Amino acid sequence: MSQPESAVADAQAGGRSGQEPLAKLAARYGLRRAMARPRFTVYVRQLWERRHFILTYATSRNVSKYSNSALGQLWQVLTPLLNAAIYYVMFGIILGGKGDIANYPAFLLTGMFVFTYTQRTVTAGAKSISGNLSLIRALHFPRASLPLAYTIQELQQLAISMGVLLVIVVATGEFPTWFWLMIPVVLLLQTMFNIGAGLIIARLGSSMRDLNQLLPFITRTWLYASGVFFSIQEKVVGSAELPQWVADVMYYANPAASYIEVMRDILITKSDHVPPQSVWISCVFWAVFTLGFGFWYFWRAEERYGRG
Amino acid sequence: MAELTEELSLVKGEEPAVPAKAGTNGKADTAGKGGKADPKPAVTGGKSPLDVPTGTPTVIVDDLHIVYRVYGAATDAEKGNAVNALTRILKRQGRPQMKEVHAVKGVSFVAYHGDAIGIVGRNGSGKSTLLRAIAGLLPPHAGAVYTDGQPSLLGVNAALMRDLTGERNIVLGCYAMGMTPSEVREKFQEIVDFSGIDEFVQLPMSTYSSGMGARLRFAISSAKTHDVLLIDEALATGDREFRKKSEKRIRQIREEAGTVFLVAHDLRVIEETCNRVIWLHKGKIKMDGDPKEVLAAYNKG
Repeated sequence: MSQPESAVADAQAGGRSGQEPLAKLAARYGLRRAMARPRFTVYVRQLWERRHFILTYATSRNVSKYSNSALGQLWQVLTPLLNAAIYYVMFGIILGGKGDIANYPAFLLTGMFVFTYTQRTVTAGAKSISGNLSLIRALHFPRASLPLAYTIQELQQLAISMGVLLVIVVATGEFPTWFWLMIPVVLLLQTMFNIGAGLIIARLGSSMRDLNQLLPFITRTWLYASGVFFSIQEKVVGSAELPQWVADVMYYANPAASYIEVMRDILITKSDHVPPQSVWISCVFWAVFTLGFGFWYFWRAEERYGRG
Repeated sequence: MAELTEELSLVKGEEPAVPAKAGTNGKADTAGKGGKADPKPAVTGGKSPLDVPTGTPTVIVDDLHIVYRVYGAATDAEKGNAVNALTRILKRQGRPQMKEVHAVKGVSFVAYHGDAIGIVGRNGSGKSTLLRAIAGLLPPHAGAVYTDGQPSLLGVNAALMRDLTGERNIVLGCYAMGMTPSEVREKFQEIVDFSGIDEFVQLPMSTYSSGMGARLRFAISSAKTHDVLLIDEALATGDREFRKKSEKRIRQIREEAGTVFLVAHDLRVIEETCNRVIWLHKGKIKMDGDPKEVLAAYNKG
């Protein structure tokens, strides 16, 4: 049907004078806006319905990640081990970070593996939206699936690293106790925190493009502040002679330090290193708070993730 | 947009009996379409030869504007120079590499149940952007898209991973489209058979020829039934035999789906499968109506 030019121009100008506005027509037939953000509870349910996708996506990424390197999945364990070896030489031996810590290798490795889990989740989470724009622009799914899948991918890797860690810890002279049954609980709490942190950083990363350049510096500062290769109590209060509350803040206000301390408390018995009391409380607090806030914060921008 | 006008008045005037009436209209209209000054109202709503209830709007696009933000589109003078970057920040100019592209500028139309709408236009005229906006994947800058049910884009390419085997990709793609595990088990063999890649399904997709990859992707993405289906250049893939197969599949999908949108550069495909064509030019609708007429005009200018 060829149209008179004026009609085209009229339509382009949005002029449909004398007729029912399209919005009303839509309402009359019960059509909904394509881009509406679901209610929070609905959103969480949709996410649960997508659990198979999230799991498959995480596993697939893990399988494809190392498919080009000769050692393959071994790198998941080798990377933190090599890092730990460097820190052992640099900080443990040369700079004397060992201090009074009795079982320093176990101390260092526990810190390293626990911190690596959070660090990798945050780094991956920052790219989970900005690096998947084509997927977001092609398919419909709750966008939180992506940061969630990235966290689960890291969790799958952690399962292997934890096995290695336990072997090494036993090799350094520790003996498994009933306390070790608490390890999954700590990991669960840390995973909750990581999911929340991943969601927050994913939203930030989707709009702040420079975040990926900044993150290495942020995570390295975080690494140093978390007492991975030294005892916060000993260095801050002992060597630097700062007041006790500084050390307390570093323990409680820093979720990574809290998880590291609790994990050390469980794994290492042969040491005088005593974690601060009630650090458990901060572990639970950070897990619940970050998870809840992360979901809410991410969900708030759900409909905007497609834009460049 | 004379016919949109007519449709609206039709819908408005005959509201109670819309599906039945429009359905009969449709059949009558199929025979008599193409009449230039045909005053009969059911221009688009009923032209579908398929026996589906027509007349109910499924997609309403209301004065839609889409603005893309594109990064890294700097001119040569501004590019890759730290001093320039610093002066820019000091002058608080923001990011000149960031350009806004106004891809869709005020598009309005109503699509009805049973419609198969072809979208034609030059490269960069906003076709794919419009489809993505209808799918609800790109937020509108202004205006709105109203839909009945969830429109889905035929395409899972972005979810697939080259390093993984065909098998894994089929499962991943199906889940990405929102299938349940039982649906995936049910459809798996069907997808393998339809794609015709046979034993290659055990190999990573990176080893596939481009035709095989395209076949598998099409097989995966067409395995699901949709209310409103959006197809972006999916037909121009594969060899002749597969093309016939996929055209048949599209027709079948169209019978199941309420409304189909099809973007293609191959105008023959559009002429064969669509009952309405929208011609986009620089983000605006230049023409909207019967395939023969719109395509004739499109070919001329």
